[in-house]
Amino acid sequence: MNTVSLALRNLLRNRRRSLTTLLAMVVGLVAILLFGGYRSNIIYGTQTGFVQQTGHLQIQRRGYFLDGGDNPTAYGIADYPRMLARIRQDPALAPMLVIATPTLQLGGIAGNFAAGVSRSVMATGLIPEDRNRMMQWNDLGVVSYARPLPLAGAAEDTVVVGTGVARKLQLCALLDAADCPPVAARSTPDGAALPDDIAALSSLEKAGPAPAAGHPIEMLAATARGAPNVASLNVIQASNMGIKALDDVYMAMHLAQAQRLIFGAGTPQVTAILVQLKHTAQIPAAREELGRLLAGHFPDADLEILDFDTLNPIYRQTNEFMDSMFGFIALLIGVIVLFTIGNTMSTAVVERTTEIGTLRAMGLRRAGIRRLFVCEALLLGLAGSALGVLGALLIAYAINHSGWSWTPPGYAYAYLILVRVGEDLPLLVGSVAGMLAVTLLSAWWPARRAARLVIVDALRHA
Amino acid sequence: MHPVSLRQVGKTYRLGSVDVPALSDITLDIHQGAFTVLAGPSGSGKTTLLNLIGCIDTPDRGEITVAGQQVQSMPDDALSDFRARHIGFIFQNFNLIPVLSARENVEYPLVLAGVAAAERRRRVDALMDAVGLSDRQHNLPAQLSGGQRQRVAIARALATAPRLVLADEPTANLDSHTGAAIIALMRRLQREEDVSFVLSSHDPQVHAEADDIIFIRDGRITGIEAGRDTAGGRI
Repeated sequence: MNTVSLALRNLLRNRRRSLTTLLAMVVGLVAILLFGGYRSNIIYGTQTGFVQQTGHLQIQRRGYFLDGGDNPTAYGIADYPRMLARIRQDPALAPMLVIATPTLQLGGIAGNFAAGVSRSVMATGLIPEDRNRMMQWNDLGVVSYARPLPLAGAAEDTVVVGTGVARKLQLCALLDAADCPPVAARSTPDGAALPDDIAALSSLEKAGPAPAAGHPIEMLAATARGAPNVASLNVIQASNMGIKALDDVYMAMHLAQAQRLIFGAGTPQVTAILVQLKHTAQIPAAREELGRLLAGHFPDADLEILDFDTLNPIYRQTNEFMDSMFGFIALLIGVIVLFTIGNTMSTAVVERTTEIGTLRAMGLRRAGIRRLFVCEALLLGLAGSALGVLGALLIAYAINHSGWSWTPPGYAYAYLILVRVGEDLPLLVGSVAGMLAVTLLSAWWPARRAARLVIVDALRHA
Repeated sequence: MHPVSLRQVGKTYRLGSVDVPALSDITLDIHQGAFTVLAGPSGSGKTTLLNLIGCIDTPDRGEITVAGQQVQSMPDDALSDFRARHIGFIFQNFNLIPVLSARENVEYPLVLAGVAAAERRRRVDALMDAVGLSDRQHNLPAQLSGGQRQRVAIARALATAPRLVLADEPTANLDSHTGAAIIALMRRLQREEDVSFVLSSHDPQVHAEADDIIFIRDGRITGIEAGRDTAGGRI
C-alpha cells in the first residue's frame, strides 16, 4: 500500500466523477492532437512543396532576391559551373547534399500567334533531370503532389506551362474542355496588338527549322543587352501548379534554351544555384559550410545564401498563422481541462476533509497529503493522456482514409484532408506533456489547500 | 516518567471578535500505563485537552511534554513524525479510511512509521487476532458494523505500539452493549500492551473502568480521582 495505490482507490471511489473528468481530458486532448495533426500536415506539406521547388538553400547574387526578380541579366552568376563543381566535391557538404543545380529565372511574353493571343509569363530555365530529382524529396513523408517534368529527355525547345497560361494561349488540346472556353466567348485577340517588329521576329523564327511535335508558341524576352529576342517553343504539357496566381504565369524550359534566349551567344549565366539537402535540419550547417566555401574560392562574386524560409515568405506566414490558431485552441482547451480537474480535486478535498484530518493525526506529513492529491490528478492525467492519444490515433486513421478534400484559398485544386498524429512525435509528446502539466497545475492548489488544513478543524468537519 | 505532563497550559479560541477560553491554567500528569478518563459536560474542554495532548493542536500558553519531549514548539513535520511513532488515536466516528480494508487500515500507521513489510504483516496479524477480526480483515469499513469498525480503529491505534493512545468519546456512537464490549477490549489491550490510554467520555461505563478520572468544567480541572481500584487493578 503506497501513495499511488491509495490515490488509485480514491479515484475509483467516485467513479462517475472520475469518468466525467477523464472524458473532459480525453476530448480535450483528442481535439488538440487532431488540430495539431492537421496543422502539421499543412506545414510539412508546404515545406515539402517549397523544398521540392526551390531547394533548401539558394546561392544568388546579393540583392537579386529583393530587387532583381525582373532583371536576371543584372544579377547573373557566370562562374556557376565551377561553383557547382566545388559544392559537389566539398567533403563537408557532400554527405548532406541531395543535389545542387542551376536555374535561370526570366520574364517574357509567350504568344500563340496562330491564335492571335499572348500573355506575360515567368519562365524558369532548369535542368529537367535535376529538377525531377528534387521533386522526389519527401523527408517528412507527406502526400506529395509533385509530378515529374516531362522535359527530361525531350528536345531543348520543349516547355511546360501552367494551365492558366495554356488557357490564355488557347492550347485547348492540352486542357480539359471545361478549362478552355470557346474563342467566340472571349475578348478580342491580343495578337492584333502585337508590334510589327515582334511579328517580324516571329516570322523569322518560323522560317527556321521545323519545330518538334507539340503545340508551338513563341517566347519573347529581352536579351542581356536589352534587345528583344524570340524563341520558338513547343508546349508539351500544361500542368496545374496548384496556386492560380502561379498557374497563370508559369513556364518551365530547358536551362540551355533560357540562356540562349537571354544571353544569346554570350557567356551563359544563371540567377541561382539551388541546393537541396537530405534534411531540413541540416540548413544551418550547410549554410555555414557554403558560406566558407564561397568566401574561400569566390571572394569577389558578391553572393548571398538564402534559405527556403526566406525565399518563400508565405511558408513562414502559414507557419505563424497555424501556430497562432493551434496555440489559441490549445489554450482554450487547457483552461477548460484546468478548471474541470481543479473542480474535481476541490470537491474531493471538501468531501474528504475528515479523512485528511485523520491521516494528518496519524502522522502523515503535509507533503504526504499534497502528494496524495497530486498523485490522484496525475493518474487521471496519465489515463486521460493514454486514452486521448489512442482516440486521436483512431480518428486520425479514419480521417486519413476517408478521402475528404478541400481547396485552400487561392489554390487551383483540392487537397486531401489529412492529419499527422502518429507521425508527429513532437506533437504527441508536447501535447501529452502539456496535458500532464495542466493536470498537475490544476491539482496543485486543491492539494495545497488540503495539506494546510488545520487538523482539529478537519476532524470536526461533518 | 509520566507519558504526558502539562504545565499551566491555556488555550483560547477566537470566535469572530470574541475570545472564548477553552482551557485555563491546566497542570496535569498522566500516569504511565493508566486508563485515564477526562470527564465533564459538553463544552467543558475535554476534546481540546485531548487534542493538545495528541499534538494535533497547539497551546497558547504553557508547556506540554509527551513521551519525554516538549511538543508545543515542534515544527509541523517533526510533530507529524512524533505522532506517527508515539501516539495512537481512536475517534468517536471511527474515522477509518474507507478505501482501505480493515487490515490495511491497521497497517497504514506502520507504513507511515516506515516499518518493514514482514514486521508489518506480523504486527497486523497479531492485532487483527487480538481484536477478533481476523475473519473480517479484508472487508472494507462500509462492510463492517459500528462495533467492528471501532475494533479496527483500536487495532490501528495500537499498531505502532505507541506510548499513548487517545480516544475521543469512543463509545458515543455505539449502543450500550457494543460500547461495553469496546471498553473491555480497550482495557484488555491497554493492559496487555502496557500503554497509557487517555479517553474523553461522559459514559458511566467508561468511568467505571478508569484508573484515573480527571474532571473538567469550563476549561479548568475541578478534580482528580487517581489510583481508583477497578476490577483489573493498576499495573
